[in-house]
This record gives sequence, structure tokens and C-alpha cells, in this order.
Amino acid sequence: MNSIILTTAARLVTALMLLFSLYLLLRGHNEPGGGFVGGLVAASALYLHAIANGVAATRRAIRVGPRTIAVFGVAVAIVAGLAAAVVGAPFLSGLWAFPAGIPLGTPLLFDVGVYLVVVGAVTTLVFALEEDA
Amino acid sequence: MAETGVKARGHPLGWVFVAFSLAGVMVALSLVTEVSSGVTLRLSVPWVPSLGVQLSFLIDGLSLLFALLITGIGAFVGLYATAYMSGQALTGRFFFYLLAFQIAMLGLVLADNIITLFVFWELTTVTSYFLIGFDHASEQARRKAWQALLVTGIGGLALLAGLLLLAAAGGSMELSELANAGEEIRSHALYPAILVLLLVGAFTKSAQFPFHFWLPNAMAAPTPVSAYLHSATMVKAGIYLLFRLHPALAGTPEWIWTLTIVGAVTALWASVIALRQTDLKLALAYTTVMALGTLTMFLGSEARIAIAAAITFLLVHALYKCALFLVVGCIDHGTGTREADRLGGLARAMPITTVAAAAAALSMAGFPPFLGFIGKELKYEGALAVASEPMFVAAAAVIANAMMVAVAGIVAVRPFFGPAVATTVKAHEAPLRMWLGPLVLAFLGLVFGLVPPYIGEALVQPAVSAVLGQPETVKLALWHGLNLPLLLSILTMTIGVALYFGHLRVRAALANLMDRLPITGNDAYERIKGGILWLAKVQTAVLQGGSLRRYLFFVFAATTGGVGTTLIIGDAVRWPAEWPVIPVYEWGVVLFVAAGAVLPILVRSRLAAIGGLGVVGSGVALIFLFYGAPDVAITQLLVEVLFLVIMAVILLKLPRFVGQGHPGRGGRTRDLVLAAAGGLVMTLLLLAVLDSAMSVHLTRFFEAASVPDAHGRNIVNVILVDFRALDTLGEIIVVAVAALGAFALIKLRAGRGRSS
Repeated sequence: MNSIILTTAARLVTALMLLFSLYLLLRGHNEPGGGFVGGLVAASALYLHAIANGVAATRRAIRVGPRTIAVFGVAVAIVAGLAAAVVGAPFLSGLWAFPAGIPLGTPLLFDVGVYLVVVGAVTTLVFALEEDA
Repeated sequence: MAETGVKARGHPLGWVFVAFSLAGVMVALSLVTEVSSGVTLRLSVPWVPSLGVQLSFLIDGLSLLFALLITGIGAFVGLYATAYMSGQALTGRFFFYLLAFQIAMLGLVLADNIITLFVFWELTTVTSYFLIGFDHASEQARRKAWQALLVTGIGGLALLAGLLLLAAAGGSMELSELANAGEEIRSHALYPAILVLLLVGAFTKSAQFPFHFWLPNAMAAPTPVSAYLHSATMVKAGIYLLFRLHPALAGTPEWIWTLTIVGAVTALWASVIALRQTDLKLALAYTTVMALGTLTMFLGSEARIAIAAAITFLLVHALYKCALFLVVGCIDHGTGTREADRLGGLARAMPITTVAAAAAALSMAGFPPFLGFIGKELKYEGALAVASEPMFVAAAAVIANAMMVAVAGIVAVRPFFGPAVATTVKAHEAPLRMWLGPLVLAFLGLVFGLVPPYIGEALVQPAVSAVLGQPETVKLALWHGLNLPLLLSILTMTIGVALYFGHLRVRAALANLMDRLPITGNDAYERIKGGILWLAKVQTAVLQGGSLRRYLFFVFAATTGGVGTTLIIGDAVRWPAEWPVIPVYEWGVVLFVAAGAVLPILVRSRLAAIGGLGVVGSGVALIFLFYGAPDVAITQLLVEVLFLVIMAVILLKLPRFVGQGHPGRGGRTRDLVLAAAGGLVMTLLLLAVLDSAMSVHLTRFFEAASVPDAHGRNIVNVILVDFRALDTLGEIIVVAVAALGAFALIKLRAGRGRSS
């Protein structure tokens, strides 16, 4: 699509949406949000970018192939689950640390995995469809 | 043949296999004294304790005998294979399969827990599939391997069902405890079902009639594999199971008659077919089936002497059968053929192989002083002691044994003696690693025959005690005195030798007769397989005709019909006693949603129809918001937006409705009825759900545990990433795989006409 308004707006909106998606991801444990919703927002952002600038440009911008992102997300989630084995706990048990009073744990890492899977999967689909056009 | 250079030394994994087998032999031998004094060794590791599943093993006389055969024969087979497989492709893979198979087999005979037994049982099925189909470039080999996998795989399923029922009836998952619960199991209402299922499992694995056809077909495997599968392992697994379950199941008329008749029919039928073969390997294969039938026949009995006969024959058979298979491999290797009619006078060119073959054949035919003779005497003694029909069993044993004598002659006398026949490859002796195994195994048959009391005490007696579940005394001896068994032995020899000398004529007559058979096991298998494939094709054509409309119709019709029927049968149709007050703005959203749902029916533009569905989705998201589920509302809204955009992209690429794409008037009526029924059933379902009391148990738990245990206040997300993270993991894997699948489909379509 060749529209200066869209291209210009997309540049700003994509960045904002990606930032917002990270915000959703990180706040998910206490407020509405989480990896799945965050992933959907990020995928929408990338899609918007692709509509405005073409899939090739978006592919260049994200550097890593969307399929790789999806598979990497599954790997991250599994690693987050396996981490529990270090202390002999069952698979997917949450491990927590409190640097400076902020609770950080393997569930957050797991949520990052969910986020990456959703971004990767949706992007895989829409890129394939767009390129096929 | 690359007999020189690096390859001739054999693949390193081959030597690993040999070393592993030898180590196994050493361990097993070191346990013989202890076990034969009546000790049972156990090892148990919890696996799934909540289900009574343990990784438990036991070593008693029976499992030790099998373990000795598996490792001992494995060592010689491995040694043989290092030479036999040299110069062939993928030798490393071959030895890997062989090792995996051996370990599975050892696990099977040592297992105490039924689930452990079943897992190893299935592993032998899978690994033997790889071994039989090792020559994967040949379609024949692939088909035969597949056949073995299907037949034994179906038996495996029956076995699993039978074992679980057995555990329910006997009140334990441990075979050693089930052995003591025999009374209970035999008088249990489920006993007939247990018996049938377990016997199907054992009979398919051990190639009993009418499942015998897969075994000779498994000859597609490389010769060392055939030798191993047939002598000590795969096919003996079913026999092992019958031995192991003997204390729990044996003694009822059902057991006695099923095993006696199936065993006798298998033994006789197989020995007849064996006589008809010209391929040495195939003739041997059928004698294996014959041996398995004989073992089954004797296992029908509870008489001590019959079990002793079975155990002794098991040992005899393992030794000579492995030796003879390896000998046939040597012949094949040395002459380039294994057709009985094209061989003769090899004794001069292959002296060592000749000696090995002769010794093995003498044991097979049951000449004194070989162990085979003792085995045969015991068989007759056992046959006369069975409770069912001694004369029937004895007669079956005599006929089968006589044919065995003849086959022994065909395999081990005819190729080596008489006038020399020219072969394509100039006959030459096999290398050391190939003749050593058959020679040692054949001579073990002789050595064991010379020290029968020792063998009886160290190997046979403990195994018989294990099978019968109480200490038994078994004495083996070469000379039993002038009695009926000896007379039967002499009768056997006479008939056997006569059959050997007339075997060319007998073979022609048998071939003539068998060609007139209406159906063989193999035909039946092919027909059943063809029938299943036909059925699959027909139902696929009906249910999955390629039209998306039809798929959806079946999905919705099945759901509506299934849920509706359940609601009516379960008497769960409810009407709320009082309607809640719904505020006006919520009514507004409901109308909004309803309008969105009606729109796609009225418009012809697909884009407008998709837009209507978007309205439905957004309305539902609003309802979620009203009822305090912001997480679900956000997700719903985002999914809805993405769905709309993606659908729009897809729709742009679709052609307009053409031909069968449009449902037509009748189709629209049908769809309308289904949609109305679906909506009605869904409404009733929701009303039924609302009517039943909601359990607040879980809600309370999550409210209480969310912050202290998982450090999160958003319970929905805490459940997703912590409490029920395994579910989420499954879901994201599905999402990733679905995306990859869709990607492949899209690219496949796009790839048409393009190269990339």
C-alpha cells in the first residue's frame, strides 16, 4: 500500500504499540495484561508496519524470522519450566528472587515465552498471506 | 565382498554389542548358583507410585534362563554380524537397533511390574520392526516389516488390556504377586476375557496359528537378525509370557484346551509347510513356528514333566536354531544361494561349517547323546503325562518331530554331502567370526547333552520351579530305560528318515495340495488390511469431501446432536425459575450482537459478512467487560481485530462464489435448521450449567494462594503462567505448530508454478 499518511503514522504507532505490548506483558502478573495479550498487540504492531511499508521491510526490521521467534518462544517456556529442576522441584514450579524487593520469577520468563510464541505464530501467518498476494 | 582392510574389522558399535552381550552373560552366569538354590532377586524403583506402576524387576529361574539365552546367543550373533554386515551401508545403525532390541528383550524377561513388561514388550515390537525392515530400499522388506509390526502391535494392544484386567482381578500390578493369586483370578468373572486378551497378545508375538504368517515373512531381515529373533528373542517373548502367567492362569479347561489345540495345530501345520520349502532359510523359519507350537502345546499342561520338557526344548531349540540360521548365512555367503536344490557336496569346500551344521542338525533331529535327544525323550514323557488328551499330544509331537528330522536332513545334510553342484560363486569357507558362533552353539548342544544332570539342576529345575510356583525337582538323564518314550523316539526317527529320503516327492505332493487351499493366513491379512483401507477411503470421501461447508456441517451437526442427546438423556433441560434483571444498556449490547449475527446471512458481500461477525465478537467482549473480566475482554477484542484483518486479506484472494461454492436453496434451508438447532442446544446447555451449583472450592484456593505463593494479584494470569502452566505450555506449542502448518499450506499453494 502506498500512502504517505499511513507510512508516517505507522512509524510512530508501531513503536508505541510495541512499547505498550511490553508494558502489558510486564504488568500482567498484577493487573490485566500478560504474555498472550501483549503478544497479540505486538503482532498487530508488526502487521501494521508490514501493511504500511511492505513485508520485506518489516522482515528486515525485525531481523529474526517469525517462525524462529515462535519456536524460540516454546524453547524459552520449556527452559523456564526446567529451571525448577535445579532445586529439585517438579517441572514448571515457580522459582522466585527479590532483587530490591521486586519479585522476579520463572513464571515471568514463561510469560515471555508465551509472548514470543504469539508474536511469532501470528506474524508467520500474516506475512505468509501478505507475501502470497 | 570387502573382506580386507578397515571394514573387515567390523563396525565399532558391533564390538560394543558383543562386549555388552558378554558382560550380560558373565552377570547371568554369576547368578546361576544363587538362583538355582531358590533365591529370587528383586530390584524396584518407583515410577508412577500413585498408579501402582513401578520399574520393578525380578530374577528367578525362568528369567535367568531367558536372560542367558538372550545375552549368550546375542554375543555370537553380534560376532557373526561384524563379519556378515561388513561392507554394507548403515552398519552402525544396524548395531544400534540390535543393541536396543537386546536391551528391550532383557527388560521384558526381567520385568516384574506389568506396565514395565508391557513397555519393553512394545519396545521389542518397534525395534524388531526396524531390524526386519533394515533393507529399507526394498519394498518387500518394508511391507514385511510393516506386517510384523501390525500383527504384533495389535497383539500388544490386546496384551495391555488383558494385563490391566488381570491386575484388577488379581489385585496387584506385580507378576510375582499375581502368581500367588491364581485361585482368585481363575474364579473371577473376567477370567475368560483376561485369558482371550492375553492369549491374543502371546499368540501374535509367538506366531501361533492363525497369526503364524508374519514370522516367515520376517525373513526379509538380515540373516543374523533372523537367527537372533527366531532362536532366543522376539518370538520367544510370547512363550515367555505364557510361562510367566502359567501360575496365575493355567489349570482351567479353557487354558488347557486352547493351548493344546492351538499349539498342536501350529506345530503340525508349520512342519508340513516347512517340508514344502526349497529356500533353506524359509524351511528353518517354519520349523521355528513348529517349535513355538510345540512349546505352547506343552504349556497347556500343569504336569511337572511337561513343563520340564518345554523348558528343555526351549534351550535345545535356541541352540540349534541359532546355529542353523547362522550356517545358512555361511552357505549363502560362501556360495551365493540358499536354494536347497542348487546346493550339494559343500563338505569339501566348507569343512568347519559342515561340522557345525551336522552337530546342530543332530541335536535338532534328536539323536543321542545330544541335548536334543533328552529334550525329545522329555517331550514324549511330558506328552503322556498331560491331563487333556495324552495320545493326541503325543501323536502331534511324534508327527511334528518326524518332520523336523526330515528338515534337519534337508538343511544340514543335503547341501554338504552328495555330488557337488556348481554354484555362481565358487564355494568357500566363511571367515572365523562367522563359523565360530554356529560351531560353539552346535557343540554346546552336545556338551550339555553329555552332562544332563548338571544342566537339569542349574538351568531347567529353577525355571520349572519358577513356572509352577513351587520348588520342583527335575532330573535330566540320557538313558531313561526301555520305555514308551524311547519307542516313540525310534518311531520318530524311522518316519523322519523315510520322509527325508522321499522328501522330493513329498514336497511336490504338498505343493500341489497347498496351492488348492482356499485361503492362507497371509491372504486373510491382506484382505483385512485392504478392507480397512477401503473403509477409510469411503468414510473420508463422505466426511471430508474437500468442501469446507461440508466439514463445518458435520462438525456442527455432530456437536449439536451429541450435546442435545446428552442433555435430553441426562434430563438436564432446565428453565430458570426467575429471570435476573438486565439493565437497558446490556440489552443494547445483546441487540447489537444479534444484529451482527444476522447480517452475514442477508448480505452477499463476504467482506460485509466478516464485518458482521466482527460486530458479534466485539459485543461479546463488551459483555465480558460488564461482568468483570477485563483480561478476557482485552484478549477477545484483540483476537477479533486480528481475525478481521487476516480474514479480509484471505477474502481478497478468494474467487467469487462459483459452482458448488454456493449452497443453493435446499442447502440454505438445511443450514438454517442446523444453525437454529445449534443455537437452541447451546442455550439449553448454558442454562443447564447455570442451574447446577458452582463449586467455589477452586476459586477460594486461587484467591488465597495467588499472592503468597505466586506473588501476583491478577489471578487469571497467575493461573496461566504458574498454577496451570503445563496447560499453557501445551497451548503455545499448539499455536506454534498450527502456525507452522498454516505456513506450509500457504507456501505449498503459493509454490505451485514457482520453484522456491
